Parts: sequence; structure tokens; C-alpha cells
Amino acid sequence: MSGLFSALGSFWAWITYALDPLCGPVGLFSLFGSSSLVACGDTGWGDEIALGVKVTLTLALSTLPLGLLIGFFVALAMQSKDRTLRLAAGIYTTIFRGLPELLTLFIVYYGAQILIQSGLSAIGFEERIEINAFFAGMLALSVVFSSYCSEVLLSAFKAIPNGQYEAGDALGLHRGRTMLLIIVPQLVRIALPGLGNLWMNLLKDTALVSIIGLSDILRQTGVAAKVSKEAFFFYLLACILFLVLAVVSSGGLRLIERWARRSEVRR
Amino acid sequence: MSFVERMIPPRPAPAAKVQSISAARIAGILMLIVWALLAAGLVYMMISNWDTDKFVRYGPRYLSGLWVTASLVSLSIVFGAALSLPIAFARMSGNRVANGLAYAYVYIFRGTPLLAQLYLIYYGLGSFRPQLEAVGLWWFFREAWYCGLLSMTLNTAAYQAEILRGAIQSVPKGQHEGAQSLGLPPMVTFRKIILPQALIVALRPYGNEIILMIKGSAVVAVVTVLDLMGQTRYAFSRTFDYQAYLWAAIFYLSIVEVLRHVWASIEARLTRHLKR
Repeated sequence: MSGLFSALGSFWAWITYALDPLCGPVGLFSLFGSSSLVACGDTGWGDEIALGVKVTLTLALSTLPLGLLIGFFVALAMQSKDRTLRLAAGIYTTIFRGLPELLTLFIVYYGAQILIQSGLSAIGFEERIEINAFFAGMLALSVVFSSYCSEVLLSAFKAIPNGQYEAGDALGLHRGRTMLLIIVPQLVRIALPGLGNLWMNLLKDTALVSIIGLSDILRQTGVAAKVSKEAFFFYLLACILFLVLAVVSSGGLRLIERWARRSEVRR
Repeated sequence: MSFVERMIPPRPAPAAKVQSISAARIAGILMLIVWALLAAGLVYMMISNWDTDKFVRYGPRYLSGLWVTASLVSLSIVFGAALSLPIAFARMSGNRVANGLAYAYVYIFRGTPLLAQLYLIYYGLGSFRPQLEAVGLWWFFREAWYCGLLSMTLNTAAYQAEILRGAIQSVPKGQHEGAQSLGLPPMVTFRKIILPQALIVALRPYGNEIILMIKGSAVVAVVTVLDLMGQTRYAFSRTFDYQAYLWAAIFYLSIVEVLRHVWASIEARLTRHLKR
């Protein structure tokens, strides 16, 4: 069994290497950048920067589901009939839409550290701990993302007429099934453009985690810039990489939107 | 044949169902308790760790940081507005080249993080010191404050150009035609008819953009500008006191909330003729 897993692992490693758009066999850096500053391997910075792209994408992609989930429940709370629930959700969105993303990141990063540390010292365990920068970045970004996402989803909820809920009741569907089968499919279609904008913002906000030491695109290019003294080239490269990510994801979003609208009448 | 001799006397409506405590109410109260506990913890932390010495030392620094943030944001908004005018017009013009250039500018500055643009200007352009000294611009790119202002201006110009373009294009075509049929020259048409209607549409996005800039301005702290965030980081690095960040959060949150409400009242006042 373990042999199978290691075989699968090495196969996966080969796949990721072969399809790597920067440092793979047909990657940009290995085709055009060999024997230059961005060569892959020990002589250049290509592989380090490729790793940074991977970290940025992993962070953004792992923040997305968490942020969407929290945002969905906050939006549900904001349109509930109960006043206390609306108030609690309103406080959440007001705070995290009003704070700068950088400050939220610091508060989560150092706050979690202090919280865990004081918790551990309360049970008599004295040791300096460092919280994982990836985890802190993911938490902070998903909190910010969810508070914006809840606004987008709330306005989408308002665009769905009441008759849809009543139709669900008339069919004898349970509340949860009405939500899942009738409301959510329409909600996704209405909210998609807004969510696409939020995804672009998320992609840009991931650059902030370089400040707390996560080796994303900006951190890796910054290290390369400091060592090689070619600051302009490497920071320009960082901007271009972010731009490419934006172009690719706007193309992807267009495809998703077309897929979501496939049932609508063509005119 | 039988018939009803007496009408059924009027009866009160059935008693309203006693509102039992719903799941939503429980969840809401629980969450409010969590918020109240957090607020109480915050207040307790501030009172129990109160240090007059720190307050005297870092209080004025926070105020100066606040001033730096305010001046950076207001200057960049004003300069960005000036820069956004030609970009918006290029974006609306029929000229292919101007249109393409403006589109590229907007796309590039909206598609990359402000932090990366700041690094590119401060560290990237700063590495061309001899060339910059030759053209006499080194004094500008040497100062982190100027670089922060430049990157924020360029960034907000891209966003404001899109806001302006959207607002101008939202004015119906009939307004142009009406002005033409009255024989008004294009400049007067634009200034007296198109712009006032466009600016009302643009009011809300402009408010959002100012709030975004206030929040975005925090990143200039990374290149050693001592704005509110920079002073916070300075205070934290000296004292390792977590309160430093909490004070900054209170400052930022109150600025944004005050601005949001002031802007909403301005908007309500300016659009009162549109209310029905």
C-alpha cells in the first residue's frame, strides 16, 4: 500500500513539474530565462519565484471556500427577522470592512500568538511559540473576504422574489432544501459578477502576507531584488506576475459566468 | 325551512402564537454575548495595562501619524482626480491609440497590488540613483513619503478614471441631443448639463474610493513612512504591547465610520431633488 502511495506521490510530483508554467520543461523561465537572472536551479531565481507563485495561489484558493462559507452565513444572519442576529452580523461587517487589511493581518497574527501563549502559560507551559504565517494570513484574508462577500450575497438575496420561497413551501420542501435547491442556484447566478470582483481583490490582498514573512510572489522577488541588486527588474516581474494572474482569472470568471447563464434564453 | 336567526357575534382575532425563543434568537444573543465579551476584554486590557508613561510618549506620535495619513490620502485623492480626467476622456475617445493606452493604464494599475507598485517605485526606481541625479529628480525618489504619494496617486487615478467614465456614460443620450438642439456649444453642454448629472451618479463610488484609499494608505508604513500604521508598528516594536494595534484599529475604524456617515448625509442632501 505504501508503495502505491509513494508511486502516486512521485507521479503527482512529475505532473506538477511537467505542467509548471514557469519552471517546467516548457516553462517560460526555463525556455527563455536560462543563463539569466530568472534561470531555474541554483544559478537563478526562477524556481524561487515559481514557488512564490504557488504559495500565492494556494493561499488565495484556500481562503476562497472559507470566506465564501462565512460570508454566506453572515449574509443569512443579516437578512434574518431577528434583530439581535442582524445586529451581531452588522458589527462583524462594520469592523472588518472598516479596518485596513494590513492591520487585520497584524491583529490576527500577533493576537492569535498572544492568545495561544497566554492559554499555554495558564496551564503551566512556558515556551515561545510562533503561529504559522500561512494560517494567520488565511484567517485574516478570509475574515476580510467574508465581510465583503456577505454584502454581495445580501444584495443578491434581496433580488430573489419572495414567491420563490413560497413556491418551495407549496411544494412541501424543507427550509434547508428550499435554500439548496431553489435559492442558492439563483443566488450564485446573481452574485457571480460581484464575487468575481472580490476574487480579484483577494488576489491582490495576498501580497500583504509577504510582510509577515510568508514566501509569496512579492517576498520572493523582494529577496531576489535585495541579493541581486536588480530591484526594478524583479519588482516589475512581480507586477507582471500579478497581472498575469488577474488576466487568467478574469478569463476563467468569464467562462464560469457563461456556464452559470447557460440555461437563460439566448437572444 | 330553517334559517339562521342569529348572526355569529363578532369575535376577537385568535390569540397570537406565543413567540417561543427561536434558533435565530438564540444564535443572535450568543453572538452578541461574544461581541460584548470581546469589547469588555478590550476595555479591561486597556485599563489594566494603562501606562501614563507610554501614553505621553506615543500619544503625540499617533496624532502625527494621523496627520500624515490624512495628508497623504487627501493629496493623492486630489492629484488622482486631476490625473483621472485625461485618462477618462482618452478612454471615451474614438482614437484607437489613446483608448488603448488609457485602457492599459487602468488595467495595469487595477490589476496589481498597491504594495507591489509601491515597491516598484520606491526600491525599483530608487536603484537608478545616478540617472535620477542626472535629471535632478533624486530628491523626489529618495523620500519614502513622496514615493508613497506617487504610487497612491497613480493607483487612485486608475480607479477614479473608471468611476468618472462610468458616471459620464450613464447620462442618457437625450441630454446631449437636447443641448445640441438648444444650440449650446460642446464645452457648455459638458459643464452645465452632463457633469452635474454625472457627478451625482459618481458620488457614492467616490466615497467608497476615499475609504479604500484610507485603508490602502496603511501599506506605505512598510517603506518607512511614519503614518498612523507606521507609528503603530514603531510603538509595537519598542514596547511589544499589543494595545498599539488596538489603538490603531480604533482610530481607523472611527475615521472610516465618521467618513461613511458624513458622506451618506452629503449624498442625501445633494440628491434631495431626486427623492420621491
